[in-house]
Amino acid sequence: MSTTMMAAQEPGVSRRSFLRASAAAAGGLIVYLYFDSHSSAQQAPPAKVYPPDAFVHVKPDGTIVIQVNRLEFGQGVQTSLPMLLADEMDADWSQVVAELAPAADVYKDPVFGIQMVGGSGSIAHSFQQYRELGAKTRAMLVAAAAEQWKVPANECRTESSVVHGPGGRSAKYADLADAAARMPVPDTVPLKTAKDFRLIGKKTPRLDSRAKCDGSLKFGLDLNLPGMKIALVAHPPIFGASPRSVDDTAARSLPGVADVFQIPTVSKGTAVAVVADRFWAAKQARDRLKIDWDSSGVEAADSSRLREKYKELARSLGNAAVTRGDVKALEALPADRRIVAQYEFPYLAHTPMEPLNTTIRFDGDRAEVWAGSQFQTFDQIAIAETLGVPPDRVTFHTEMAGGGFGRRAVPDSHVQREAAAIAKRFKGTPVKLVWTREDDVQGGYYRPMYVHRIEIGIGADGLPLAWRHVIVGQSIMAGTPFAAMMVRNGVDGTAVEGVADTPYDIPNFSVSAHHPQVNVPVLWWRSVGNTHTAFVMETLVDELALRAGTDPVLYRRKLLKTDARRLRGALDLMDQKSEPWRAKLPQGHAAGVACHECFDTAVACAVDVSIENQRPKIHRVTVAVGCGTVVNPLTVESQFQAGVTFGVSQLMANGAITLKNGQVEQSNFDTYTPPYLVDAPKAVDVHIVPSTEKPTGCGEPPVPVISPAVVNALSRLTGKRYRTLPLVTL
Amino acid sequence: METYKLTVNGESKEVNVDPSTPLLWVLREELKMTGTKYGCGISACGACTVHVAGVATRSCVLPVSTIGDRPIVTIEGIGKDPVGRVVQEAWVSEDVVQCGYCQSGQIMCAAALLKSTPKPTDANIEESMGNLCRCGTYVRIRAAIEAASQRLA
Repeated sequence: MSTTMMAAQEPGVSRRSFLRASAAAAGGLIVYLYFDSHSSAQQAPPAKVYPPDAFVHVKPDGTIVIQVNRLEFGQGVQTSLPMLLADEMDADWSQVVAELAPAADVYKDPVFGIQMVGGSGSIAHSFQQYRELGAKTRAMLVAAAAEQWKVPANECRTESSVVHGPGGRSAKYADLADAAARMPVPDTVPLKTAKDFRLIGKKTPRLDSRAKCDGSLKFGLDLNLPGMKIALVAHPPIFGASPRSVDDTAARSLPGVADVFQIPTVSKGTAVAVVADRFWAAKQARDRLKIDWDSSGVEAADSSRLREKYKELARSLGNAAVTRGDVKALEALPADRRIVAQYEFPYLAHTPMEPLNTTIRFDGDRAEVWAGSQFQTFDQIAIAETLGVPPDRVTFHTEMAGGGFGRRAVPDSHVQREAAAIAKRFKGTPVKLVWTREDDVQGGYYRPMYVHRIEIGIGADGLPLAWRHVIVGQSIMAGTPFAAMMVRNGVDGTAVEGVADTPYDIPNFSVSAHHPQVNVPVLWWRSVGNTHTAFVMETLVDELALRAGTDPVLYRRKLLKTDARRLRGALDLMDQKSEPWRAKLPQGHAAGVACHECFDTAVACAVDVSIENQRPKIHRVTVAVGCGTVVNPLTVESQFQAGVTFGVSQLMANGAITLKNGQVEQSNFDTYTPPYLVDAPKAVDVHIVPSTEKPTGCGEPPVPVISPAVVNALSRLTGKRYRTLPLVTL
Repeated sequence: METYKLTVNGESKEVNVDPSTPLLWVLREELKMTGTKYGCGISACGACTVHVAGVATRSCVLPVSTIGDRPIVTIEGIGKDPVGRVVQEAWVSEDVVQCGYCQSGQIMCAAALLKSTPKPTDANIEESMGNLCRCGTYVRIRAAIEAASQRLA
């Protein structure tokens, strides 16, 4: 998702919210929030209410359970969203328990309008929402205390789950909860000013840390239900193919195998499902299937052929994304004032550590689902469709997920559709569909392959005078519910973001895109278009700086638009923090810098790189971040320290998915290899630009800057330009 | 199907499974100990790391039939070990985890390292910590190993 989409709605503008409170069945106060989807209508809140809809539950024992309206898969919202609510509520943080909310209208993202996590929107979109929930809950607790004590509410103050009143009186939230549940919910409440924050802005350890360190935390894959069966699926070796024949004799003869049957795939082919009572039986049975696949009439995509086709397409202008000034100016320039550059990027798989999985129990007219989903709304609907029941008959539990990086936000819900098609055959029995790592690596939904072709004309001042940029790659958004918003004039905004909206001041500028159709399912990969566009822009700008004989930081300052305030702030802070070590690098080391703004967050980084064993060795990274108000500085630091390593995966020698005659050539971590500890930056220091502006996201923005910074350092070491990823050789 | 007697975290367990079943799936599905994770099934990622007779071992490729009487320790039991306990605490105090899925294996790997090499060098850490973390938490993994090493000194 991109910034364009995020700007579509501002929180609270087009949706009215309703709060309701009630006494919980087991005692205590529960606060609900309803969204009215009809912005102008004066109508009652939606009728559907059931206990999991609660956002806050003040329990009689003092525990405060806060529902988190989106998936936790590493990014830290399960800690930072409760921090917002607890801060305004003046809750005792040590008593706060966070839970992942199930699929329900009340948990939809206030901006996107569906329940999801993506686009680095969690904090940006729910900052106000969770604070208001906390403030309103607090106001009701105070009102209850004031009524009991017969004092004005404004003479009461709150701290650490206690209301203090005049004359030294005090009452615990837990003891006030039942009375508070009968208080009217205030329409508006004042929110704290920054000086009164007790949690926001403080380094706060994750709530899920301990359970993730002692093996007790249950991820979706760890779910164990009585009588549960395990399903594995043999997918077609070419997307959209189907079996001509299946010999399942050997598979069925294995103990524990319950059934083998064909199911449709989203890419219009047919797959073969194996259901057994254990994973190992299902795996062995799948290995023993003899399937004769029919791929006639199905396009056999091939990376080499696609590369040639894309390069050819890149020589002509595509659909226009930006046209500013007149790029023909560059044709009048002599050859030594021109650069022609062509970049190539491969398909990339997300490979979250927890393989994809979904568990469904279908009893004929109702279903219960357990899944680590970034897209609960879509997945719930897709399962309902497949099962032939209305979505409100599908109870959808959000399970903690072991990473995702976009892979659990799939508009066509293909994993859930598969799981539902299988569960439909096993009425009353929970079935857990598991995608093995091989299924994941070979299963598509990749960051698309791209080719960029750029022609630059350099002015007498060494700055770019004219810039013609053509991008070729499949559209991620076409055919999804986001297409209407994200595909304009035949240009998928996610393919050109980071170029079309560049903060660099280039007077004559043309950006266009071709979106060929290819039989490979594609998807957003953490930071989406910025994965490739930032690499192109930041390596070219560095090349221009080198040609101009100008310091790369200084050159960027000269080229940035004057209003690129946030990015200038990050660049300046990075420069200041890294200058001491950049000034005295050892022999054989070079510094590389890069900066990029995406999802409204500005990032600048400097890296210290040498070459060891023909690979880049990243000794040190200094990152500066401009992300507005920081909710949890520890989360921001962790996201950037680790997120840059996610970015390094683009550089790994085995960092590409390739297809040969329709078949994916990689199958597991031995052939598609993300960075290990030894490949990752050894030290990453993160610096935050102080700000009181509204917060912006930190999930995606760590990724784009690192690979261009490393390559810029390599170029300084070897004198070569690196325009093809991954870096197979230096 | 065969019956196997295993010692897991000091307790005797009996399972009846196909001899080819990897220890990982015996732990997860027969013994319902799901702290040990499946990540790749080809011993490439290390999410399934357990200790077998004190050695960090990738359980996803270890057939149950080959274990014999060697004792097994998993993430659920490593806290009973003094070094394991310190490693777990260091992981919490350094706020290492993100998605957390690989961290059982990382902790088991780090505990084995610190038991054999209480003061690991950077090179020791780089050689021993061959477990994938897709979130990329390696900077904090290094910090937690160093913190644990100091606490054990």
